[in-house]
Amino acid sequence: MSSNVITVPVGQTEARPWVDELHQWLTTVDHKRLGILYIVSALLFLVIGGVEALIIRTQLMHSHNNFVSPQVFNQMFTMHGTTMIFFVAMPVLFGFANYLVPLMIGARDMAFPRLNAFSFWLSFLGGLLLYFSFLGGSGLYGAGSAPDVGWWSYAPLGARAFSPGHSSDYWTLALLVSGFGSIGTATNIIATILCLRCPGMKLNRMPLLVWMNLVMAEMVLLAITPLSAAQIMLLIDRYLGGHFFDTQAGGSAVLWMHFFWIFGHPEVYVLIIPCFAFMSEIISVFSRKPIFGYPVMVAATVCIAFVSMSVWAHHMFTIGMNSYANSFFTLTTMAVGIPTGIKIFNWIGTMWGGMIQFKTPMLFSIGFLFQFLIAGLTGIMMAASPFDWQLGLSYFVVAHFHYVIVGGILFALFAAFYYWYPKITGRMLSERLGRWHFWLFLIGFHLTFDVMHIPGLLGMPRRIYTYEPGRGWDTLNLIITIGAFVQAIAILVFVANLIISYFKGAEAGNDPWDAWTLEWSISSPPPAYNFATVPSVASRRPLWDLKHPEDPDSRYE
Amino acid sequence: MSAATTSFPNTAPAWDLPSRGKVAMAGLIIAESAIFTIFVVAYLFYLGKSITGPTPSEVLETPIFYTICLLSSSLTIHLAAKSLERDYRRLFLGLWLLTIALGGLFLYGTAQEWHRLIYEHGLTISTSLFGTTYYSLVGLHAFHVTAGLIMLSVVAIFGLIGRMGVSQSDRVAVLSMYWHFVDAVWVVVFTVVYVLGR
Repeated sequence: MSSNVITVPVGQTEARPWVDELHQWLTTVDHKRLGILYIVSALLFLVIGGVEALIIRTQLMHSHNNFVSPQVFNQMFTMHGTTMIFFVAMPVLFGFANYLVPLMIGARDMAFPRLNAFSFWLSFLGGLLLYFSFLGGSGLYGAGSAPDVGWWSYAPLGARAFSPGHSSDYWTLALLVSGFGSIGTATNIIATILCLRCPGMKLNRMPLLVWMNLVMAEMVLLAITPLSAAQIMLLIDRYLGGHFFDTQAGGSAVLWMHFFWIFGHPEVYVLIIPCFAFMSEIISVFSRKPIFGYPVMVAATVCIAFVSMSVWAHHMFTIGMNSYANSFFTLTTMAVGIPTGIKIFNWIGTMWGGMIQFKTPMLFSIGFLFQFLIAGLTGIMMAASPFDWQLGLSYFVVAHFHYVIVGGILFALFAAFYYWYPKITGRMLSERLGRWHFWLFLIGFHLTFDVMHIPGLLGMPRRIYTYEPGRGWDTLNLIITIGAFVQAIAILVFVANLIISYFKGAEAGNDPWDAWTLEWSISSPPPAYNFATVPSVASRRPLWDLKHPEDPDSRYE
Repeated sequence: MSAATTSFPNTAPAWDLPSRGKVAMAGLIIAESAIFTIFVVAYLFYLGKSITGPTPSEVLETPIFYTICLLSSSLTIHLAAKSLERDYRRLFLGLWLLTIALGGLFLYGTAQEWHRLIYEHGLTISTSLFGTTYYSLVGLHAFHVTAGLIMLSVVAIFGLIGRMGVSQSDRVAVLSMYWHFVDAVWVVVFTVVYVLGR
């Protein structure tokens, strides 16, 4: 055998024994491999969280349904929320940041490669810990169970008396562990961007994706840590007999809500800002125009980060605060709409007069623009506290935030997948399957989440296990459930596309989209060392300068 | 912008970027500050809300001596880092060991206070809201002092076997940032627990 191995041409890594290959993936500190690990693990959890969503929707398909028991239903919505936020959205965005940021700033790797690997394994093992609760949640008491007190685990539900066994402990520890991983990655992203830029890559020449990931990482440092602190307090309450959230000893349940939402609302922006980053790159390339209003985009991003730190209590209007707090949080929440609106206008300004190419990434980006706008508008409605008193804790809220997360974040992510898959694998994703994916998902999304606003307006509360017939909710819920299954089929098309194109997709070459940022200047997939010679840039679009030496951007800076 | 006149990328001025160690430590300090902020807010929010005694004014004694120890260790670690930059190895080692001694003295002070509170006043973390918030806030800080002392001791061991030279001064500067942070947090904790809280 060994004589055969020598004859294998260099580059055919498939010939290695799979144990070696696995060992390499498990011990890697390469930012590209860790990025892929983040993304693949997130896709795995996306499928699990998606199945949980389908179970929820099947149960609510018609009134008095008995598909699952109330206990299982509670576990499903708790696990669905926790999984999708902490083990799908965060890791997939960290994965793209890991993969793209060093390539876009012309660096060899992240600033701390081993910290990078450590952070990934912390968050992945945190996810496994969460799912181990299905086996070990009740410990020695019984058959085992998963956490079932909602993804925000409001006090006193998280206390020992209401959450016996270990189900809440798995939830707490999983979030604590993955939270430490997030802090490590965020620190790493900041150090990479500030310290490893190639010559000429001044802050005002960085691609917007890099800028927005810098802001995202700063927000992670400030927003994830309050959650970690609150989880430590909950552990002290549960294991050391503390009284932080124990109302019988004078503790406050509302304080937990404050701590949770000081994390919870900035978290939304931690997730959406990297999606703004994808949009800023993709819309610009497929409109064949440089981004409109670069400095304003950066300023708007920083502005969103600032304002979003002081809006958290709009999740608590229904709990009852004084009128000053209500007014303050109404005003700050509405103020977020201003920088966000600036961004939407800038993307439209980028498309205006451009030679728009309607490839799949661009289709998803345009979907994002429309849907994120609608999500923002229902957000402004909910920001008015009197309106929120009426519709808080109803399906209107569920429809609103799924419009943000699915219609906004997930659409942007799909665009990013279609745009950067050729760079990551060296193969193009199929346009035909991509179009099926886009239209099926678009139809499914609107069937589900447009319609979901209506039962909310009719008064259907969230988190109910079933409902009485004759309230006008039945048909609407059936349509919502059908839409959910259409989305599931679209996801299957997407996964099939990922797998088929990996083996049979067209060769991508270095630069299939004729783009302008540094990652497209090297081969696809990039070599382990990234850049053979350290690049040196003179403008915001270094590849444009390279392709058009007669009219470089640097002339106008 | 004088740089605008240079039209060739290769003639760019010297490319200076911040040290990754310092930037990362600054990131960690920002994150840790947020964690401490939450614990401080909880302490202040629950002041006087305990249903059972003892109250802070009955049992807490201001640890002035140990506070002076910790704060002066910030000065000694600063001087130690400066002397390492000039490669005064023996001075560095002496000041470094003094820093560890001062930090250790502070921890001893905390331990003594906790011993007194537990055995004389019967105050534990599960006694009342005061106990819960006091032990977790002061304990979180003491945990950071302990972590800092472990890292300082590792450096001290390398110093004792003669491996700490000017080439290590950047790393020592990063570690000294952390120690300054721990001291600064104590100023906040001291103010909240022993001045405002009594």
